[in-house]
Amino acid sequence: MAEAATQPLLRLEEVGRDFDVSRPWLNRVLEGDPRLLLRAVDGVSFEVRRGETLALVGESGCGKSTVARLIVGLYEPSRGRIVFDGVEITDPGARAETTRARRRMQMIFQDPYASLNPRWRVREVVAEPIRVLRLASSEAEIEARVAELLAQVGLAAEDGEKYPHEFSGGQRQRISIARALSGRPGFLVCDEPTSALDVSVQAQILNLMTELQEQLALTYLFISHNLAVVSHIADRIGVMYLGRLVELAPAEELFARPKHPYTRMLLDAVPDLAMSGKARTPVAGEVPNPLAPPAGCAFNPRCPHANDRCRSEPPALLPAGAAAVACHAVEEKRI
Amino acid sequence: MSGPLLEVKGLRVEFPTRRGTLVAVDGISFSIAPGEVLGVVGESGAGKSLTGMAVIGLLEPPGRIAAGEIRLEGERIDQLPYEKMRRIRGRRIGAIFQDPLTSLNPLYTVGTQLIETIQTHLDLAPAEARARALALLREVGIPAPESRVDHYPHQFSGGMRQRVVIALALCAEPRLVIADEPTTALDVSIQAQIIQLLKRLARERGTAVMLITHDMGVIAETADRVAVMYAGRIAEIGPVREVIHAPRHPYTVGLMGSIPKVGAGVGKRHARLVQIEGAMPRLNAIPAGCAFNPRCPKRFERCLRERPGPLPAGSNLVACWLHVHG
Repeated sequence: MAEAATQPLLRLEEVGRDFDVSRPWLNRVLEGDPRLLLRAVDGVSFEVRRGETLALVGESGCGKSTVARLIVGLYEPSRGRIVFDGVEITDPGARAETTRARRRMQMIFQDPYASLNPRWRVREVVAEPIRVLRLASSEAEIEARVAELLAQVGLAAEDGEKYPHEFSGGQRQRISIARALSGRPGFLVCDEPTSALDVSVQAQILNLMTELQEQLALTYLFISHNLAVVSHIADRIGVMYLGRLVELAPAEELFARPKHPYTRMLLDAVPDLAMSGKARTPVAGEVPNPLAPPAGCAFNPRCPHANDRCRSEPPALLPAGAAAVACHAVEEKRI
Repeated sequence: MSGPLLEVKGLRVEFPTRRGTLVAVDGISFSIAPGEVLGVVGESGAGKSLTGMAVIGLLEPPGRIAAGEIRLEGERIDQLPYEKMRRIRGRRIGAIFQDPLTSLNPLYTVGTQLIETIQTHLDLAPAEARARALALLREVGIPAPESRVDHYPHQFSGGMRQRVVIALALCAEPRLVIADEPTTALDVSIQAQIIQLLKRLARERGTAVMLITHDMGVIAETADRVAVMYAGRIAEIGPVREVIHAPRHPYTVGLMGSIPKVGAGVGKRHARLVQIEGAMPRLNAIPAGCAFNPRCPKRFERCLRERPGPLPAGSNLVACWLHVHG
């Protein structure tokens, strides 16, 4: 690679993705219904630096999982560019380079029950990427590598002979991690990897992911709705709301000085385990219908600081101290 | 009224199977006072939902109550015939489940469902029942109930739907509400709203609430006391503050340590979480003695042999031999 190591590993530039949620053609013709486009992700730009963990947080429907899927290529973006290690993987003209670049990213999914083939033995599940990417020259080599991977994620070599249903949720997630690592990726996209797990098992998986990151110099994009989990694992955090990135900040900064009113609201809404007795202001309202997002800033109907500008002009993500925030009130220093 | 509203003593729930009897809830005792919120917390398979189901008499066969007794306002309800129990359910015990969409009938408007439930339990004329339905929707925080009452469940968002389910559970002013993971399917901002609602309910109406959840944060915000369940047994029960800040059972200690806390790990990059090695035993392989002993860092000989009963430790009751002297 000619790229310097200081270059970000991944860069998203104004990435957007629409989904066509129109009614069937016949209904549209007969009943005159218009085409309906859902802007799941719009104008999202950020970078992931080598060796860091960038977390994307937000509530259901904010587009965080769509961003993950756009990056690994499960969806094609409707707009914008995605550059991975100097290769524009959204460029249809660069197919060979794109394929090579994509080999170095893997994904871990939320549901460890649905993401493993129930008819395959664990060793086959873990060996598949090695075979597909032709990373080993002999069966013996594959076998040795699978045993090494299982040990790395805290499973026994004998576990390779079992089927996924013989494992608990946490162990299955370990298998998913072993499979993701078997292709020797540098970059892992983790979509809510611990949301389906009990807290004591979640702690095991988070600790494992942290250890693996240190051993293998991995870069993580970590998608989660859980701010507490994110505060443990992330170096930087991006907060999404209704398809847009509203704040991007180093983890310490985000928790010490949240800037966007939505970020503040999210932090306030986290149940307080310390029971400091702080008065919680429950947030009024709900996430608006993404098919008919409000004009201007999408958060304005729930925002205590909204004014006329917020209701008409969408804010851009602008630097604010160590963070970047998309909020007119922050830009105008009103809050 | 004096004394507990709900009293459960030595409850045992069994599932007979071809390969032997599985004991899913094993000799648990607790009580809830009027106006009190008792949190029941535990990981998947700890038996917390089955405990709730046993109390409302909705255990699915072949599951059955094998021993123990359940008393509601002093009256024994665990052996009532189906018809009698059906009248108590909804009238004196309300239930709120995790998924609001499956708790509502998609073919009827929420108004129809509310009015039907109200008229089943209370002797009210249709107009009065409708007025009551509107008042309930208003009470659970649904804006403009007059226009919403004739909507179908799919026209509500997740948070609003859960409010409708709560309104349904409250129709007949039950004395006890069993809420099984009422906020788990909801986003964090909506979750906070529902928690406030449950708390207000207990405070203002004197309703006893049994709040079943895996989320210690929700318990910390809502409950007065908490029971921590493990492998069908209560490991520790006591005031929320005590259990969270001074847990005494090694399982509770591990559980509390494994919960990531907002801001706690920040800065100290990659601070490790406390982890409990291993996993909860399956129901067909619960170890002898204390069920937690294979994972316990402090186990000793007695733990392998003898099952610890609830022992007083401070203001908590703890099922752990470490507390045998005090």
